[in-house]
Amino acid sequence: MTVEHSTSPLLGRLNWESLPFHEPILVATFAVVVIGGVGMLGLITRYKLWGYLWKEWFTTVDHKKIGIMYMILGLVMFLRGFADAVMMRLQQAMAFGGSEGYLNAHHYDQIFTAHGVIMIFFVAMPMITGLMNYLVPLQIGARDVSFPFLNNFSFWMTTMGAVLVMASLFIGEFARTGWLAYPPLSGIGYSPGVGVDYYIWALQIAGVGTTLSGINLIATIVKMRAPGMGLMKMPVFTWTSLCANVLIVASFPILTATLVLLSADRYIGTNFFTNDFGGNPMMYVNLIWIWGHPEVYILILPLFGVFSEVTSTFSGKKLFGYTSMVYATVVITILSYLVWLHHFFTMGSGASVNSFFGITTMIISIPTGAKLFNWLFTMYRGRIRFELPMMWTVAFMLTFVIGGMTGVMLAVPPADFVLHNSLFLIAHFHNVIIGGVLFGLFAAINYWWPKAFGFRLEKKWGLVSFWCWVVGFWMAFMPLYVLGFMGVTRRMRVFDDPAYQIWFVIAGVGVAIIAVGILAMLIQFAVSIIHRDKLRDETGDPWHGRTLEWATSSPPADYNFAKTPIIHDGDAWWDMKARGYERPVGGFKAIHMPANTGAGFILSVLSLIVGFALIWYMWWLAAAGFAALIGYAIFHTFNYKRDYYIPAETVQATEDARTQALAAAAATQG
Amino acid sequence: MSAEAHNEHAVTHDDHHGDDHADGHDHGTYRSYLIGFALSVVLTAIPFWLVMAGVLAPQLTGLIITGFAVVQIVVHMIFFLHMNHRSEGGWNMLALIFTLVIVVIAVAGSVWVMYHLNTNMMPTHNMQGMG
Amino acid sequence: MSHAPTLNPEYVDETGRPIFHPAEEPHHPEGHSTMLGFWMYLMSDCLIFAILFAVYAVLGGNYAAGPSPKDLFDLPLVAVNTSMLLFSSITYGFAMLAMYRNRVAQTQAWLAITGLFGLCFLGIELYEFAHMIHLGATPQRSGFLSAFYILVGTHGLHVTFGCIWLVTLMVQVAQKGLIPANRRRLMCLSLFWHFLDVIWIGVFTFVYLFGMLR
Repeated sequence: MTVEHSTSPLLGRLNWESLPFHEPILVATFAVVVIGGVGMLGLITRYKLWGYLWKEWFTTVDHKKIGIMYMILGLVMFLRGFADAVMMRLQQAMAFGGSEGYLNAHHYDQIFTAHGVIMIFFVAMPMITGLMNYLVPLQIGARDVSFPFLNNFSFWMTTMGAVLVMASLFIGEFARTGWLAYPPLSGIGYSPGVGVDYYIWALQIAGVGTTLSGINLIATIVKMRAPGMGLMKMPVFTWTSLCANVLIVASFPILTATLVLLSADRYIGTNFFTNDFGGNPMMYVNLIWIWGHPEVYILILPLFGVFSEVTSTFSGKKLFGYTSMVYATVVITILSYLVWLHHFFTMGSGASVNSFFGITTMIISIPTGAKLFNWLFTMYRGRIRFELPMMWTVAFMLTFVIGGMTGVMLAVPPADFVLHNSLFLIAHFHNVIIGGVLFGLFAAINYWWPKAFGFRLEKKWGLVSFWCWVVGFWMAFMPLYVLGFMGVTRRMRVFDDPAYQIWFVIAGVGVAIIAVGILAMLIQFAVSIIHRDKLRDETGDPWHGRTLEWATSSPPADYNFAKTPIIHDGDAWWDMKARGYERPVGGFKAIHMPANTGAGFILSVLSLIVGFALIWYMWWLAAAGFAALIGYAIFHTFNYKRDYYIPAETVQATEDARTQALAAAAATQG
Repeated sequence: MSAEAHNEHAVTHDDHHGDDHADGHDHGTYRSYLIGFALSVVLTAIPFWLVMAGVLAPQLTGLIITGFAVVQIVVHMIFFLHMNHRSEGGWNMLALIFTLVIVVIAVAGSVWVMYHLNTNMMPTHNMQGMG
Repeated sequence: MSHAPTLNPEYVDETGRPIFHPAEEPHHPEGHSTMLGFWMYLMSDCLIFAILFAVYAVLGGNYAAGPSPKDLFDLPLVAVNTSMLLFSSITYGFAMLAMYRNRVAQTQAWLAITGLFGLCFLGIELYEFAHMIHLGATPQRSGFLSAFYILVGTHGLHVTFGCIWLVTLMVQVAQKGLIPANRRRLMCLSLFWHFLDVIWIGVFTFVYLFGMLR
């Protein structure tokens, strides 16, 4: 690659050669995106939806709508990340016996980097943030989060990070370094193009959003719980969310600082992670994993909460060992900061350091194991209803245990010296991330969909999706364990030894089955939306749930609860039902609510402009954008009017409508 | 219900909120600020003097000025940041302790890990000593 | 299956039956979580500095045959700089005390003095940097100097933002007076300002003083 382009004062490094006309795959993708995008924009304009979208969604501070937008963002990015996965599997199944496959190295290296970055930062993170956003205020009986405006801003920052990653597909290139961009490869000497800069600024912009939403949710859980809800009466999902957000606030700054240092190396030629002048690339690896290991627990903890809620609801029992579940979560939170070196045993810290981190890694599997036993004992002698959320949970337990065990294998330093960076490792972390995070998200989507939209998800296509996913997952990743033992390392584009090919082909078939599972899930959504009247749930409590979110209507009104509930027991809603709680039908008061604002969107767009300008060395635009960003932020603080009241009459009318709907539903059922 | 009534409600509440001690926030007084200031001047001056005058052995000086820094940080926390176990129902203190634990893990851990990496992996290392 | 009698005694009516909704809605006025949220932001900022300190601890001895702390640091200048921050801390404290007594003019005056001390600090720091760069000790020269500039510079950047924020608040206090929202903002900036002071204790001890001991 020649990269010695002159930089123009106006456009920086950007010129016609930056656009990938020489890559037919990208040109075709671009054409499809443009046609689809223009079509969508046309439809929105045709049906005059811009005003609606802007007023009701883009500027909303309602935690429920923001939660749904996070889920949509995650889903869209999931399709992109999965497309990358399919391309990699296809390449690796083809490139044998002298064949180069169909992807050149430049393109292939971007794909495996983008796949990792997108799946972690722009699929898993938005989806868990979306879940927490939607559910935490409802579960603790609050009207919104502590800082509603900040919530909107966080969402848009995350989205703008995703926009940068997507832009890199068609304007320039993405990083070719692997998802953590280790220097010196990611330094300016070996990666002189814009790829790593896209990586850095996408993560920095999204990281601001993630950190702020973490602070927001902690403050919400600490300050906004309904009266009577002591810490040990919080739903388990709220507990795991609290711990995950503590991890976010205490680990994302580390990522931010590390990436700042990498940027300094790239932009102004400092020597933090260089090979000469006293820099030390190993320090980058050390720092990024101090963030990186807590990050995997940020992803999995909220899903542990989901599995707890689902198991307990569908077994019809209180969760077994609530207290031990809480303590296990807290212990994991702290221990997750003591294991980071197991990601680089082979770098050569020596026996003392390696054995310390090997032992802590084995210890952290104990609280996780305790949780599994809690779920099993919750199911024991329960009346289990095998609805879709419960099926995903059982699939999780079976899958995750295998992933956990291969993880403990990797925790043994001598074994790790054999398996490090092999496909065994790839199989291991997909085993826990797909088996844990993704299956958990699917359980959550099937479980809470009726709450968010007022109708259930259709079961038949859900079952198709479930079985395709489970079978496809095992078929796609078990061969990778085998290949790992055979010594195949990760991120390879072509292979010489024909003995590997059959395993790659099997894995490719597995991915095809997963693709059918994803398609079935999209069909499931579509079919459910079309038949929504048949699947309608008026009660707000379709699963006979236990926690507060089921106490209100589906979808909940803007204010969540017409009257704030008082909590007497954990599993608050179950307790209320058992004590013959009757829904209040009158005597409502005006409700204090935060007002919508477009400031979050505007600030995020300005951040996007600054990021894009920095990537392309358009210094004037970066400076102007930054000045505008600061100026607008200051301007926004002069707006003191940020709330309004929903009048008591409106609350009364909304609740009356629900009373009638409930009566009508009861009449048709009776 | 008129908007005016709401405003009134909000104002009375906020007034109450503005200057009370209910949430455990401490203001400090002129006296406490001056005590804090005097202490930090002393705690800053002595380490500077120790290093500039070079009265003690470097290692001992290092130990002492580290001690002074820790004490001064505590002084600032108490007299300027008004930290106590009551503010925000103890959550501020909990957050601070948790952060300090992470800071110690990150800094001490990095130094430990990197020291061993450097000893084992630096090319200038005496190769005869190995194997 | 009988239900365990775990009623919350605070929320039971005279007949011993549970109450499920409070008579008065719990009020969460705007800004009720601000101080807690801002404290958590400061804690996350603290971790950024922790990483910069860790980097300095690891790379601080890598001079790459370039200048070392003893060649560069001017302790009397650092002492003057430190005193600027210390003075600004106590003057900010006085501004807060004036605020609690509802004295707008006095608050503004102390804020202005605080801002001036902040600017003095920044001026001295910039002079120090310019002097070092003049000597050839640029951030690019060695791992030690990269780590030095990023740590001290990040602190300086924070002080810069603190000054911008301070001016903004002075304008807002002039416009609206010491209304609850403005008091809350002044309290946040107070935490921020004193927090930067705490970070500076770490900087002058572990960067400057330890540097001269090496």
